[in-house]
Amino acid sequence: MTTQRTSGRRKQAMAAAAVVAALLTTAACGGGGNDNEGSKDGAAGFNAANNKVAQASLAKKGGTLKFAGAQDADSWDTTRGYYGFMWNFARYYSRQLVTNKTEPGAAGAEITPDLATSTAKISPDGKTYTYTLRDGITWEDGKPITSKDIKYGIERVWAQDVLSGGPVYLKDMLDPKGEYQGPYKDKSADKLGLKAIETPDDKTIVFKLPQANSDFEEVLALVSASPVRQDKDTKSKYGLRPFSSGPYKFESYDPGKSLTLVRNTEWKQDSDPVRKAYPDKITVNFFTNANDLDQRLIKGDFHLDINQTGMSPQGRTAALKQHKGNLDNPVSGYIRYAVFPQSVKPFDNIECRKAVIYGADHVSLQTARGGPVAGGDIGTNMLPPSVPGAEGQKYDPYELAGADKNGNVAKAKEALKACGQPNGFKTTIAVRNNKPAEVATAESLQASLKKVGITADIEQYDGSQTTGIIGSPANVKKKGFGIIIMGWGPDFPTVQGFGLPLWDSKYILDSGNSNYALINDKAIDGLFDSYVKELDDAKKTQIATDINHKVMEGGYYLPFVFEKFINWRSSDLANVYTTDGYSGMYDFINLGLKSPK
Amino acid sequence: MTAPLHEPTAEAAPNAAEEAAVAGAEEAKQAVQGRSLGRIAWERLKRDKLALTGGIVVLVLIAIALLAPVITGLVGQDPETRHEDLIDPLFGTPTGSLGGISGDHLFGVEPVSGRDIFARIVYGAQISLLVGFLSAIVAVILGTVLGILAGFFGGWVDSFISRVMDGLLAFPQLLFIIALVSVMPNSMLGLEGTSVRVFVMILVIGFFGWPYVGRVVRGQTLSLREREYVEAARSLGAGRFYILFKELLPNLVAPIIVYTTMMIPTNILTEAALSFLGVGVKPPTASWGQMLSSAIDYYDSDPMYMVIPGVAIFITVLAFNLFGDGVRDALDPKGSR
Repeated sequence: MTTQRTSGRRKQAMAAAAVVAALLTTAACGGGGNDNEGSKDGAAGFNAANNKVAQASLAKKGGTLKFAGAQDADSWDTTRGYYGFMWNFARYYSRQLVTNKTEPGAAGAEITPDLATSTAKISPDGKTYTYTLRDGITWEDGKPITSKDIKYGIERVWAQDVLSGGPVYLKDMLDPKGEYQGPYKDKSADKLGLKAIETPDDKTIVFKLPQANSDFEEVLALVSASPVRQDKDTKSKYGLRPFSSGPYKFESYDPGKSLTLVRNTEWKQDSDPVRKAYPDKITVNFFTNANDLDQRLIKGDFHLDINQTGMSPQGRTAALKQHKGNLDNPVSGYIRYAVFPQSVKPFDNIECRKAVIYGADHVSLQTARGGPVAGGDIGTNMLPPSVPGAEGQKYDPYELAGADKNGNVAKAKEALKACGQPNGFKTTIAVRNNKPAEVATAESLQASLKKVGITADIEQYDGSQTTGIIGSPANVKKKGFGIIIMGWGPDFPTVQGFGLPLWDSKYILDSGNSNYALINDKAIDGLFDSYVKELDDAKKTQIATDINHKVMEGGYYLPFVFEKFINWRSSDLANVYTTDGYSGMYDFINLGLKSPK
Repeated sequence: MTAPLHEPTAEAAPNAAEEAAVAGAEEAKQAVQGRSLGRIAWERLKRDKLALTGGIVVLVLIAIALLAPVITGLVGQDPETRHEDLIDPLFGTPTGSLGGISGDHLFGVEPVSGRDIFARIVYGAQISLLVGFLSAIVAVILGTVLGILAGFFGGWVDSFISRVMDGLLAFPQLLFIIALVSVMPNSMLGLEGTSVRVFVMILVIGFFGWPYVGRVVRGQTLSLREREYVEAARSLGAGRFYILFKELLPNLVAPIIVYTTMMIPTNILTEAALSFLGVGVKPPTASWGQMLSSAIDYYDSDPMYMVIPGVAIFITVLAFNLFGDGVRDALDPKGSR
């Protein structure tokens, strides 16, 4: 009696059935799609551009270089941007006194003169840096770039109330006491009141540091040291249309949607030893869906991903199977790790920290990060391989990639006994909810810790609130986050640019803290102090190594991987190479096209 | 015997007579006299093949959920053991075809971790059914009590409860649950981790579900309280609560049962949605919604991982809906739709 009737409820059920059926079909189609286009194109080959230059001679002038991205820059204002890809991209429209060499691999992290005629003349006490500017350097309206423009551009870093977001190393190094108020509150007529920088004439700029810092020139190579012209400074709106000093200028920008750069006709090739400026036009399109983006890359609609953070699991699989020759697998400079805040018991005891390090299954953690190719090699210490002084997997004090790579339950239990917790303990793993690979590592860690008697609860917090949640030591203690899962990459490739905020006790902050382990070790602080005073490169490298050893000996960190990416390189791109100067990304500035159109 | 049982029986009589006509008028007459409401409903339900199938599936699902440790023990798997040797290190997906389906792993293994999907589906049924049933019970208890009070007493009690129901119906419950769960402490009332989440989900889903039951119960009560048998009871001096619970409540059983069976699948879907959004159960506890959510990254490279929990949710919800429909038709053959 009911079978003939179709109730409203049953209609709903039918509709649901139809939806599921549709879902099944799409899934099935998605699995079977296969186009064998890999053979006919001119892809340079797997890892052909990884730390070496691929197809340099095929680059031709002209054409439109097409970027695509899942995320827009935090700001295109040279003072405010902090994303690595923004620093890389900003070299198209901004120049600095010195910049990273346009060479592949480790050489790309070295400093080369850009607006200046040579690298700095440094006084013997390491506190005075003098530069002379090149001839023929111009703004996009044809006016020359002067030392005062550079000073003004650097002064903007002080205006953190208006121009927040960017790195503040310049401010910390030139004005550690915070005496200067920034150009917008500057009482002097020319707004150039910062005493630490002198501009005796338009061609000379002198930096006077209160304390020597051997990485100062590295910091001047960041785009936050770019010149900005006072009459073109639109303050907080500057990021919508920066005034160009480089080979390209902004044509249009629609935040979150698209960005177009065209040639800056006033820029002269002979004034610029760094930039080759092959394409005529550069476009960036932003997508909200990373899978969609990867598919468009593979299809050939775009040349490369501006974000350079690796392909999504979906696109990666498709690309590895069918277009391996279009991929590079560089080391990113990031280390993915778990860190143990010492404020949370029992992690105040080094033996309990070691118990976690020994108990973890490092191969499983690597798999959770994406495996040896998409995730990276098992991390064995806390200095990224791209930083001078790093020893890579050769330094492996806990045998994380050696004998104990699958975890050592016996050693972990011994450590637990030494810690006074022979039966294990309970703790909480804090992990960002918007990073699937981080959640996967948390689950892996949870599973292996269970075997040694440590019960870990996983707390997934809102990833956009990272600074407020794990950046507040008080909150970490209150919530009992004994294990925090994070990742960190160098701002500039030195031990200071990577580890200072993580390991120096001066950087333990009440909010926005990055020294999650709350490391307060006089020896480490002392090593950093001697590092910044040391001008000799060999000795700097040695100190970097020593700092790394001290950090590892303290057992504050469980490194997961020395991260690797899989990045897409269009077959039409030429002169492609990855550089340590930008954490294993392609060096955008010198990319060219094979057949410009 | 009180009047209420007369009425449905009287209505049902012609129907039953028709149906039984084939078997013979004599028998039919006897049957009409001898059968209770419940029995008639059961007879009708038995004849509804779709509903019966739905009911059987529901019973099987309940059995699976209750016997989860036994079932996974029989196939030699558990939901938390990682089989990373079955994962292709290059892609993070299972090595075998169809998501690694094999004799050992009937539904394959999860990408990256290599946990057995069959075991996780079986254990996931526990969470789905637990939340589905208990939150429906919370909603039905609240809805019945408040609905019957509103309908019976009328006046300011009615307007107050009705306005509360209107308010709750207008409330964005999904957003509220997400906000609530993210500020919940990790341990409370002696519960910890996943148990806290499940407890909160049951309470909140139940709390936002009661107005649906409440409105129906109130409406039904409004019409029932004017019936003669209630008047009769009143004139015989029966107390309010006697009338409420002895006279009215038995007549509300049919719509309440119908609403309960209809509410369970909705609640199962809500649980899946919450776990999908990451505010449901905590890892490593298995849940269908959470499996679907993590399958998004692999819909292309490992479609089976998405298909299996999707089908599990689909079958469960469909079975409950078919069964619920059948029960409604059986209890209330004249029900408008």
